[in-house]
Amino acid sequence: MKVSITVNGKKSEHDVEPRTLLVHYVRENLGLTGTNIGCDTSSCGACTVHLNGEAVKSCTILAAQADGCSVDTIEGLSKDGVMHPMQQAFMENHGLQCGYCTPGMVMAAIGLLNENPHPTEEDVRLGLEGNLCRCTGYHNIVKSVLAAAK
Amino acid sequence: MAGSILGNRVLRKEDPKFLTTGGVYVDDLSSEPLLVGALHATFIRSTVAHANIVSIDTSEALESPGVVAIYTAADLGLEPVAATFNPTAKRTLLASGKVRYVGEPVAVVLTRLANQGEDAAEKVIIDYDTLEVLIDIEQAMTSSTHIYEECGSNVVFDSTAIGMPDNTGDAMFADCEVVVKGRYVNQRVAPCPLEVRASAAAWDNEGRLIQWMSTQHAQGARDTIQTSNGLEAGQMRIITPDVGGGFGAKIGAYPEELVLGAVAKKAGVPIRWLETRSESMTALGHGRAQIQYVTIGGTKAGKVTAYQMHVLQDSGAWVDIGAILAPFMTRPMASGVYDIPKIEVRTTSIATNTTPVVAYRGAGRPEATAAIERAMDMFAAEIGKDAAEVRRINLIPKFLDPHSTTIGQTYDVGDYEESLNRVLAAADYTKLRSEQAARRASGNVKQLGIGVSVYVEITAGNSSGESAKIEVTQDGRAVVYTGTSPHGQGHVTAWAMIASDTTGIPMDKIDVVWGDTDLVPKGGGTMGSRSLQQGGVAVHVAAGELVEQARKHAARLLEANEEDVVFDKASAAFHVAGTPAVAKSWADLSIALANDGGLIQETDYVSQGATFPFGAHVSVVEVDTETGQVKLLRHVACDDAGKVLNPLLLEGQIHGGIAQGAAQALLEEVRYDGDGNPITSNFADYAFISAAELPSFEVIHMETPTPRNPLGAKGIGESGTIGSTPAVQSAVIDALAHLGVRHIDMPTTAERVWFEIQKHK
Repeated sequence: MKVSITVNGKKSEHDVEPRTLLVHYVRENLGLTGTNIGCDTSSCGACTVHLNGEAVKSCTILAAQADGCSVDTIEGLSKDGVMHPMQQAFMENHGLQCGYCTPGMVMAAIGLLNENPHPTEEDVRLGLEGNLCRCTGYHNIVKSVLAAAK
Repeated sequence: MAGSILGNRVLRKEDPKFLTTGGVYVDDLSSEPLLVGALHATFIRSTVAHANIVSIDTSEALESPGVVAIYTAADLGLEPVAATFNPTAKRTLLASGKVRYVGEPVAVVLTRLANQGEDAAEKVIIDYDTLEVLIDIEQAMTSSTHIYEECGSNVVFDSTAIGMPDNTGDAMFADCEVVVKGRYVNQRVAPCPLEVRASAAAWDNEGRLIQWMSTQHAQGARDTIQTSNGLEAGQMRIITPDVGGGFGAKIGAYPEELVLGAVAKKAGVPIRWLETRSESMTALGHGRAQIQYVTIGGTKAGKVTAYQMHVLQDSGAWVDIGAILAPFMTRPMASGVYDIPKIEVRTTSIATNTTPVVAYRGAGRPEATAAIERAMDMFAAEIGKDAAEVRRINLIPKFLDPHSTTIGQTYDVGDYEESLNRVLAAADYTKLRSEQAARRASGNVKQLGIGVSVYVEITAGNSSGESAKIEVTQDGRAVVYTGTSPHGQGHVTAWAMIASDTTGIPMDKIDVVWGDTDLVPKGGGTMGSRSLQQGGVAVHVAAGELVEQARKHAARLLEANEEDVVFDKASAAFHVAGTPAVAKSWADLSIALANDGGLIQETDYVSQGATFPFGAHVSVVEVDTETGQVKLLRHVACDDAGKVLNPLLLEGQIHGGIAQGAAQALLEEVRYDGDGNPITSNFADYAFISAAELPSFEVIHMETPTPRNPLGAKGIGESGTIGSTPAVQSAVIDALAHLGVRHIDMPTTAERVWFEIQKHK
């Protein structure tokens, strides 16, 4: 089936199998490999992208469901070589180590602040519960998100 | 040193890439010419824990869409290979004859598209004749069913068999006023790097095997995969792209990675392989998995005089590195920070029908610390003294010259009491105890628990040094080649800091290369918290030698005596003393040497021995006595890793370590049912700790430099885990101490805690 999805502001059109997940569409059809896959149970959030401005796990959405929608991935965040404030906050607060959960974590964190621009530490921790990281112990991720909220 | 960048909080050079385009992991390699036309491998795995294979029927699967081939061990002509740590045990890389755990690879299907493999794999019919399943290590130890028949026993490694003394039993405690016994389960956990394993294999036109791999140790993988494919030195190249975490589980090469070259050869095309998380949970090695029988004895006043332990190490269904961590890591560190005059430890490693056990963050030392710290707590409880105070009585006093313990380990430097003092002060221990007393007195539903641990561990204990090469390019940049292998630790930043500090070349002009065995043929990889103290030191030494080499060249170019040439780090140039206007830059020197092999310095740094980081942790939990729910309120850690290179990176390592330790203490456990079916085989079932279950951590610095290397650095990768696990576990038990609770095995889940409360009502 044919889908048309605007990804990072650019319209894309591809023929896909109906079972194609949005994450596979982004990675394989568009070659945007910044979005990672960390599990097969929609638990880890490594594949988090924005669908019409809202953070979603792109492994829980079919490409077909995103037909006609706009999708933003980590690759679309920085503008003219300037990082998004959330990316900058992650860098300044050492909010990443191996980098694998990072794109999804950053997208989830931006989604969190869109909904709650002034979160408490607890809000951030609960808000990121669906994004797993094995390296940082979350300490500096939480710190990064709180810094970006300032 | 004045003007040095070392010790500063320097942001990571590698971050912009990870934050803007994401890292490039094995599965992201889309434009690699050698992988054009690659087929996708999917392994068909055993669905039973222990069985003879009667037949494998691939006929229906071969008709599945996209299937090109299906290979079994017989198709690939695989011969049995012996286990490194017990050569009597043999298996084929794809199971033949019998299967020994759920998840063991039995065959491999090759498909045109990645997603066709799983469909096809389900259509392979394997007829099994099931055998008795051994999941429990104590049952396996005495069972007449042998997982490796040729071994004649499920005991695949025992410390007494290699000449380590056996335990003498209760006689050792005859003169003790107080003796306490415990049986502690240090449960099996899953390392769970966020990136699962992935590899790709291609044979080039010259008959060399090129393999991409998510690994912590490319050079080690090259050697084992080379041997596995019957290749000579030079015929194999490993390339390590970005690696999404390892935690010990990606040190060695697994059957899937060992066999991929043979699969590519037989198929005549390159092969790509990526496991799913559910596969990874049964096929990537697990960690810990010990049962510890502990006896501790001493005086009523609180002096521990004797400690004895028998460790039963679950080896899983192979004799991998997990089988030898107990004798070589747990045993020598068994008495930890304490001065115990009599100590005995025996370790017995036992095969079971479970996923093989490998190294996992700490690898044998967290188990040693967990045991002695639990024993200390139980001893303190028995004599009615404060747990922190009993520790203080027994600590090895401060030493700046090597100290040997009764069991025969020699520590470099230590000031354990100071770390305990600092952490108790930072946590405000006295106030915590008063709050606890108040809650107990008022019968508060939510009781406070305070756990204290003091630990020492061994880092870089298994490797003899590291090599480094620095090449200065004609544009004045430097390329550092390292045999260590970052997968989150920040080596690109750290090694650039070290090289810049000596050469004056700015950090943004320094690149770091690792993990490609053609570019870095020698290397020990990243494991055992060794990287900075060996790999980083090698870079430091190489940079110093590079300056000396360059000084000679500069003298020649400046037509001066070598001793008259000075190096000005600020301008990164050489000049004759007194005439700085006429100077030779790194670029000048590199250009001048262009026809003489360039400006390159290579160093093999020989380690002066392992180092022994130490510290103390205080953990504070709240236990809901009606539901058993545990909430980690605070975790305060004082970790001494010697001289600190970059506090930012150091803290990151501590935070991650604490979280993994807390995860083991509170939540995580790999479990099997009685038939050997894994029941925690994905992230929905396995209790991977999230941000919601953790607080922010309080990190207290302390620096006691080691004399064993010129940077004064010890390891920090694993300390957080080693210190935190027992502190968190102890805090949970402490919250219920007034009810008479003395021990709860990890993970201290709500269910387990609730049952313990009921028992003591």
